[in-house]
Amino acid sequence: MIPDKPDRRSFLKNTAALAGLAVGASAASPVAEAAPPPERVDDLHAYGERSHLVNSVRIGSINNPERRIEGEPHDLGLRSPLQDQVGMITPASLHFVISHGYEPVDIAPQEHQLLIHGLVDRPLIFTLEELKRLPSVSRFHFIECHGNSSPGGPGSANRNAPKGTAQDTHGLTSCSQWTGVPLSLLLKEAGVQKGASWIIAEGADPSKHSKSIPLAKALDDALVAYGQNGEPVRPEQGFPLRLVVPGWQGINNVKWLRRIDVVDEPYMSMMEVSRYPSLKLDGKSRWFEFQLGPKSVITRPSGGYRLPGPGFYEISGLAWSGGGAVRRVEVSADGGRTWKDAEIEGPAYKKAHTRFTAPWTWTGDEVVLQSRCTDDTGEVQPTIAEVAKLWNADLDFFKNATIVVGDFNAIQPWKVNRDGSVQNALF
Amino acid sequence: MRCSKFLVPALLFAGVTVAAAQTPSYTHVGRTPSKDEIQAWSISVGPDGKGLPPGSGTAKQGAAIFATKCAYCHGANAQGGGIGTRLAGDKAAQDSLTTIHPVKTVGSYWPYATTIWDYINRAMPRNQAGSLKPDEVYSLTAFILFRSSIIQENDVMDARSLTKVQMPNRNGFVPPRFEDIPDEHKRGCREGVCP
Repeated sequence: MIPDKPDRRSFLKNTAALAGLAVGASAASPVAEAAPPPERVDDLHAYGERSHLVNSVRIGSINNPERRIEGEPHDLGLRSPLQDQVGMITPASLHFVISHGYEPVDIAPQEHQLLIHGLVDRPLIFTLEELKRLPSVSRFHFIECHGNSSPGGPGSANRNAPKGTAQDTHGLTSCSQWTGVPLSLLLKEAGVQKGASWIIAEGADPSKHSKSIPLAKALDDALVAYGQNGEPVRPEQGFPLRLVVPGWQGINNVKWLRRIDVVDEPYMSMMEVSRYPSLKLDGKSRWFEFQLGPKSVITRPSGGYRLPGPGFYEISGLAWSGGGAVRRVEVSADGGRTWKDAEIEGPAYKKAHTRFTAPWTWTGDEVVLQSRCTDDTGEVQPTIAEVAKLWNADLDFFKNATIVVGDFNAIQPWKVNRDGSVQNALF
Repeated sequence: MRCSKFLVPALLFAGVTVAAAQTPSYTHVGRTPSKDEIQAWSISVGPDGKGLPPGSGTAKQGAAIFATKCAYCHGANAQGGGIGTRLAGDKAAQDSLTTIHPVKTVGSYWPYATTIWDYINRAMPRNQAGSLKPDEVYSLTAFILFRSSIIQENDVMDARSLTKVQMPNRNGFVPPRFEDIPDEHKRGCREGVCP
């Protein structure tokens, strides 16, 4: 469904031209003369709505600098309400959004093309329809911003505050079933040449976001996705085409994908040398940080909940790892002194959110709940003290940092107070 | 356009797996772009200067362009504004990188001057991205470098000289190469294993 706008067609045309999609007359595809999009059926039931009594929404903003409100705190993007979700799929409408200040591009799918070139035997241009003719796969994968849960940087005031919810602390991760063509298939069609070692993936957004990705990863499990949870990828997620790079920092998952350049070195584009390296106190920045570590968070109960009284509650949460599948989740209800294995709602897919549950009876005393994830490579989610050690810093550094602390995957504690209120107890 | 000699292997492999050999498997899906098309789309510039077009510019030339196209957001002297980030670097900003409040600017932090050219060319000015001519991009790059005391006002930036600019924080990134990360499955410094 495409929302109706009075000047939609001319807008699309302009956007496509801006995005460099209509390059030269010879670029016209056989379906260039596509029929105008159908009018939206003005029927309440044509595209289903959730109950008007359900009001769970994303918080934050696209962070468009031109619409910035004086005094309003900046955030990295729109955070997904994890505390309200069940199962392991994030509704596409609630998927977190980070687009570095740019509104989603409005691209007509029949005009969109993907170019593969560089160190290949046969450069190729695919239309969306052509990509859909190729063998497809559907896979469950999370996408997580490397700044998710960062105790420093934009959005960190809410993240660190006692009133912080799971949305404030962990809302920059989401999980979808992505459908598309393996990038390895497209690269083999083009014939990767000897000497190639990296690809550059580029989007059609106004900043032409560009990201270097090692060829080995591109050939391993990257996906050129046109489907998300059974329907076309949402505009905010890159409609009509998005690169999905499973388990790696969100920045690699290039939206509005239009070009893959096969090259022999990383090209050190803006995001990879300025925003995303982790600058530590020794003045050295760690770059080429790609894979996200094992991580989990209890979503129910979590910050902002109020338990009505003592008694039975099922603890429920999400676990994931860029290293592979979640093998084990442990839950502690005594501040980390003892841990019990949680039930994993299988199958636990590789590099996908995994739902875990554990039975718990609250006695009415003050307790701290936390969860700890182990992935199938054996890597265990660290405590905040262990993360601090890796940063060669103390907890004060995390409390006071003004920059994003990337890949922060420390165990998240929630404190249950005697009155039943639940609060963020990271510090 | 796809050669018929590829047709036989294509049929052999169709529906089985992706061919191990580097031959196309799916006939008449996708088309061969012309050289002009590829050139029009290819805007990436690498740290060794790959992709930089002919052209040149100085900070002096860049100052006028900056005033009309960039200063509104980034401030008259690239010191930052309400909308745009600070671009210019100085000694204080460089020294701040070892503190808890680092000032990361183009001049103080970015390791390659080619990245400046690439980003201006692909993304700036906001809402008019792609409108600048190569000479203008070279000039603006020179202006930011000059405002960061990295080059002189009349130094000419072109495809050759730009790659020779030594950025102050060039050695501030570890490991030097991706391949230096020992655990090839991790290839990340998350666990503190980077050199």
